[in-house]
Amino acid sequence: MNEHEPSSVDVLIASDRVPANARPELLTEDAIWALLDNVLDPEVPAVSVVELGIVRDLSWDGTHLTVDVTPTYSGCPATELIEELIAEAMRAAGIRDPQINRVLTPAWTTDWITEEGREKLRAFGIAPPQGSASKMSLLGADDVIACPLCGSEHTERLSEFGSTACKALYRCLDCREPFDYFKCI
Amino acid sequence: MTQQEALQEYLLRMADSGMILAQRLSELVGKAPALEEELASSNVALDLIGQARNWYEYAAELIDDGRDADKLVFLRDAHDYRNLLMVEQPNDDYAVTMARQFFFDVWHYFTLKALVNAKDERIANIAAKAVKEATYHLRRSSEWVKRMGDGTEESHRRIQDAFNLLWRFTGELITPDDIDHAMFEAGIGPDPQQLKQDWFGMVREVAAQATLAVGEEDAWMYMGGKTGEHTEHLGHILAVMQFLPRAYPDATTW
Repeated sequence: MNEHEPSSVDVLIASDRVPANARPELLTEDAIWALLDNVLDPEVPAVSVVELGIVRDLSWDGTHLTVDVTPTYSGCPATELIEELIAEAMRAAGIRDPQINRVLTPAWTTDWITEEGREKLRAFGIAPPQGSASKMSLLGADDVIACPLCGSEHTERLSEFGSTACKALYRCLDCREPFDYFKCI
Repeated sequence: MTQQEALQEYLLRMADSGMILAQRLSELVGKAPALEEELASSNVALDLIGQARNWYEYAAELIDDGRDADKLVFLRDAHDYRNLLMVEQPNDDYAVTMARQFFFDVWHYFTLKALVNAKDERIANIAAKAVKEATYHLRRSSEWVKRMGDGTEESHRRIQDAFNLLWRFTGELITPDDIDHAMFEAGIGPDPQQLKQDWFGMVREVAAQATLAVGEEDAWMYMGGKTGEHTEHLGHILAVMQFLPRAYPDATTW
C-alpha cells in the first residue's frame, strides 16, 4: 500500500489515515476523554472542547466511537470546524470513522464551563461568565464583571457583542484595557 | 391543507423571517454607525442564520423533494418566501434599523418561549437553543430604543418617526391566520391571543420608559408576507443574496 514514494496528495490526506502502529482497541473511555481534552476551541484556543462543556457524551466499544457535541450558539461558525478537529484527533489515535453527532438538547449553557476552563479563560484575558445562566433576568441589571487583567471591578460594557457570538466587549476603567467577556447564557 | 403542510409552511415562516432579517443586518457590515454596532449587528445576523438553518433543515426533511437548506434559501423566488414584511424593510437610519429589530425581537422572544413547549420535539429543541439568543437580542434592542427615545431631541424624533413608519407592519406579527391557528391547536405554536397580549405588553412597557408613543391597535396594517405577498424590497434582497448561487448553480467550492 505504501510502496510508492509519498506524493503531496499522500501528505494532504495523511491526517485521514490511521497510524500503522495504532492500537485503538486498547483505549479506555477515560483515555478518549483525555484525548478530547487536548482539542482546543479554535476561536478561544485557551480552553479545550471538554472544558468548554460542548462535548456532551461519548460511547466506545473498542471499535466504534460516537461523540455527542453541542454548539455554543445556533450560528457559531466554528461548529463544523470543531467537529472536524475532534474527528481528526480521534483518527490520529487510530480510531476509524469516528461518528460526531450534533445535539441541540439540552441547549448549551455557560454553566457547563468547568472551573479549570474558567481559570484558563481569565489567564487568557477573557473574563469568564459571571453567575448562573438560569438566574439571569431578561431586562435586569448587569452583574459586575471583574477585569481579567488587573482584577478591578470598576469596568463598563462597551457592547453586548464582541469578537465572536459568545463574547461581549468591556473596558476596565482602572487599567484602561479593553477586554472580552464570555457572555452568560 | 394537511397538518404536515401547515407545519412546513410554519417552519418556512420561522426560517425565512430569520434569514431575511439576517441578510438586512449583514448589509451593515462595513458601514454601521460604530464598530461596536457593526459587531453586534453581524453577531445577531449570525445567530439568526444559524437558527434559520435549523428550521430549514427540518422543513427540507418534511418537504422531501430533494431540496436541502441551501436550495430553499437560494433557489426560491419572492412569492415562495414566507417571511414577515417587517424584516424585509430597508435599514434606513439607525433608529429604523433598531425599531425594526425591537418589534421583531419582542415577537421572536415570545414565539420561541412558546415553541420551547411544542409537542413536536424537534421544534422544542431548536427553540430551546434559539430563545437564549433571542433574549439577548431583545435586551440589546430594547436598551437602544430607550436610549434613543429618552436621549436627545434629535434621537427622540428619529426613533418616534421610526415607530410611526414601521407600525403598519406590526399587525402581521400578531394577527393569526389559519396556519397559526392550526399550529396552536396541534400543540406547537403559541396561543395567538396570548402572543398578542404579551407583545403589546412589552412594547408598551419599553415605549413608556423610552417616552415614545405607540400606534393604535386597530390601525390599518400591511399583511401578506406569511403567504408570499411581499413589498417590493424582498425581490431586491433576493437578487443580491441569490446572485452567486444562481450564476454557479452546481459550485461546491466558493
